[in-house]
Amino acid sequence: MTAQDYKSDQYVRFCPGCGDHAICAALQKAMAEIGVPPHQIAVISGIGCSSRMPHYLNTYGFNTIHGRGGAVATGVKTSHPELSVWQMSGDGDCLAIGGNHFIHEIRRNVDLNICMFNNRIYGLTKGQYSPTSPKGFVSKSSPFGTVERPFIPAELVLGARGTFFARTLDVDMPTTVDCMKQAHAHKGASVIECLVNCVIFNNGTHAWIADREQRAEHSIVLKHGEKMIFGANKDKGLAVDIDPQTFVPRIVVVAADDPRVLVHDAKQQDPTLHRLLALMGQERFTDVSDQQSAVSDLPVALGVIRDLETETYDEAVNRQISEVREHSKAKTFDELTQTLERWEM
Amino acid sequence: MERQNIVVRFCGDSGDGMQLTGGLFSSLSAILGNEISTLPDFPAEIRAPQGTLGGVSSLQVNVGHGVYTPGDKADVLVAMNAAALKVCALGSKFNHAGATFTEQDALIKRDAVVIVDTDALTDKDLEKALYKTDNPFTELGLPESVQVVPVALTTLTKESLKDSGMDNKAVLKSRNMFALGLVCWLFDRPIDKAIHFLEGKFAKKPALIAPNVKVLTDGYNYGNNLALSVNQIRVQSTDRSTDRIQKGAYTSIAGNKATAWGLIAAAEKAGKRLFLGSYPITPATDIMHELAGRKDMNVMVVQAEDEIAGVCTAIGASFAGDLACTSTSGPGLSLKSEGIGLAVMAELPLVVIDVQRGGPSTGLPTKTEQTDLLQALYGRNGECPVVVLAASTPANCFEYAYEACKIALENMTPVILMTDTYLANGSGLWRIPALSELPEIKPQGVPEELKGKYNPALRDENGVRYMAIPGMEGFQYRNMGLERDAEKGSISTNPENHEKMILARQAKVDQVADRIPEAEVWGNTESDTLLVGFGSTEGHLKAAAKELNCALLQLNYICPLQRNVGDILRNYERVIVCELNSGQLAAYLRAQVPEVTLLQYNRMTAQPFQVEEIVEYVNNL
Repeated sequence: MTAQDYKSDQYVRFCPGCGDHAICAALQKAMAEIGVPPHQIAVISGIGCSSRMPHYLNTYGFNTIHGRGGAVATGVKTSHPELSVWQMSGDGDCLAIGGNHFIHEIRRNVDLNICMFNNRIYGLTKGQYSPTSPKGFVSKSSPFGTVERPFIPAELVLGARGTFFARTLDVDMPTTVDCMKQAHAHKGASVIECLVNCVIFNNGTHAWIADREQRAEHSIVLKHGEKMIFGANKDKGLAVDIDPQTFVPRIVVVAADDPRVLVHDAKQQDPTLHRLLALMGQERFTDVSDQQSAVSDLPVALGVIRDLETETYDEAVNRQISEVREHSKAKTFDELTQTLERWEM
Repeated sequence: MERQNIVVRFCGDSGDGMQLTGGLFSSLSAILGNEISTLPDFPAEIRAPQGTLGGVSSLQVNVGHGVYTPGDKADVLVAMNAAALKVCALGSKFNHAGATFTEQDALIKRDAVVIVDTDALTDKDLEKALYKTDNPFTELGLPESVQVVPVALTTLTKESLKDSGMDNKAVLKSRNMFALGLVCWLFDRPIDKAIHFLEGKFAKKPALIAPNVKVLTDGYNYGNNLALSVNQIRVQSTDRSTDRIQKGAYTSIAGNKATAWGLIAAAEKAGKRLFLGSYPITPATDIMHELAGRKDMNVMVVQAEDEIAGVCTAIGASFAGDLACTSTSGPGLSLKSEGIGLAVMAELPLVVIDVQRGGPSTGLPTKTEQTDLLQALYGRNGECPVVVLAASTPANCFEYAYEACKIALENMTPVILMTDTYLANGSGLWRIPALSELPEIKPQGVPEELKGKYNPALRDENGVRYMAIPGMEGFQYRNMGLERDAEKGSISTNPENHEKMILARQAKVDQVADRIPEAEVWGNTESDTLLVGFGSTEGHLKAAAKELNCALLQLNYICPLQRNVGDILRNYERVIVCELNSGQLAAYLRAQVPEVTLLQYNRMTAQPFQVEEIVEYVNNL
């Protein structure tokens, strides 16, 4: 299988320069490398730029209604766990109108691969602030700056007891492909936050980490079992420090050869460290006014941050059905009606 | 005394077990060869303040033969407390202090037998039920022809169980069994059959069998030995020589259970797995309860996070090849509108069950109404046709749930099945079918020769699109809520194409009329008067038509209408559309058959019709 086998005959209609092109290409490449044939894959989406994705893939696809991709995908995977099911969604589709389905598919741990495209803007409706737009962000629906506090998607995923969270960047194809392959391998709800640039309405939103010159200093790609080292010269490492006054743990930057440098354990059940890692650098994206003051020197974490195996919803539901059927006397309608209190008339 | 049929109403506090007692008596009567029709009526609160008028729960059952409805008024009332006595003797709208009996509003007949627990008529009980004096019977102004049978139910139950070692609370809970025993005596029910039946009911709680049987038997013997000053009543068995009752195995079934079983039967017949996506909502929840317990039938139930996810998980399961359903009531149907629209646009089979309740908004969750009809027909954005069916008896909820699945799977369309509280909670006799007797279901598939050339716009000769299912090699396609090109199946915003697709989706629903039986007129077809109804009013309208000696057209297929409905309506001089709403079916029929003048009879009390009221209305026209 090659990426070509996963391309549909449809003309890709994302804006020129949109980050979604890169995610689309990465997905076709990842699917080819995973090797599940196209007819055994279902790609489900809601509404928004990202939700156009199913049309560009030669798999089974369903471009549903706004926010409901998660619920439809849950129905597909639960009824047919043999399919590889992907959900394409955006920060508006997933975190605003579809927020309820998003937290519940994660809580249930349905075996879905969820690509949540975060461009911090509503693109298809032409530029309103989204649930991930920073406070103070000026848009068509917030001409004086939004007064809302944004979500940090990782916090929401961990708060819903998520078992898999990864973050990637549109311009980092290798990390994106790797996150997608690991999401597929992970049994359960796998959320990949894909940081994408909206060239029309929110250009440069992730520039701090997306700019080629700065990326190595401003981000770190976490890999399970590997030391947390970053920087253009690979000279910086991450360690945990406990504040002696408050006992609050925090991540600090130390020298790469410092013995305290952490080794990434994505399989750790306790989400405390995963949360600290996922929140690194997020203050830059939550409040426009804090861009200068509250900025730490911590890099933004990319790659697979959390990857925990536990029974999935679709497995558990189907297992329960098999168990009951194994022990039940009645397995057909006619046998079932025999169990009724019945009399002849 | 022998009667063709008799109406009994069991009433008490919502914790007194009146639904159970009434249900046991109904089933027992059915086993003994009676037709039955039940009407439960209970408050929305699980436990309203004890002993108050708002907390009264009751179940009315009509047993005998020629039974169409649970009956307008009771021949026998069993009242477990002062509040129940007041509410059921006077009618629920006259339950304020100082209200007195009027024949029109009373829920009992003028010559009713009223069995009442005298231990539950203390000053405190009377005060809670807003009596002003300490003599409830005089205060209520019951006519002398009403025969009051005072029984110290509580004392007698305590006496019966004094050696049982049960605590006082458990003993008091058994009062209903004493009442049931007494009623069994009154109707000359063989006590051994009742005991056998009770043992079956409590099979899973064996510790409860002995005390309940003891109280039941003591109640029966109390009637027998003390020779209460009432005559025993013998109810006629069903007349087996007529064609009313088809020979076969029967059970008593509630509408919600019959609905659930209809879906199970259809799935097996179609060779599909049954999937239900649903969210708890009164009065539809029992469908989900029943199906959640039917894993032995390979049923998959997802209790979704909300109504929207209920329909959307079902749409996902349908897309993936299951027989997919969602069950709800009016407020939930509103929330599912966009999802149903998606299923219309995606042309996927989907069964939506709307168990109607009193609306709008939260309305009257435990009461019955037919006010969702126009919502089912039109309540979506865009030109968005679906098939709409309505069940009309608790038992035929099975038949129409089955039919809804058949139509959905064969025609690639959502089908909305309307039932309501009255059908959902009421019970009736159901002739148990064998799967082999039920009509074939041939789900739409896709011809093998379309492999590699398939797209979701391709249709068969009936205009029904072919369905490929994920997992089939060489049939990959993209489904969507966006408009699709009528030839290529991909996204299209072409103006002419849009109109063509709207007409294609409408034509697909319209052609269902070729696949359903013609409508039949019931009763005196020679009459110049035709009553028209739909759904759950069938029993009441049959009883009314019989009394009026006129004809009745009761619709189960609402959209599309059966081909001969227009001809039938044109055939009568006087056509009266009777509904439990302000005239929704009448409005729909006026649009479909504009040349016919329709009269209307409408009630909006969130209660079933009263047969006598319909008869009076028609006679005064």
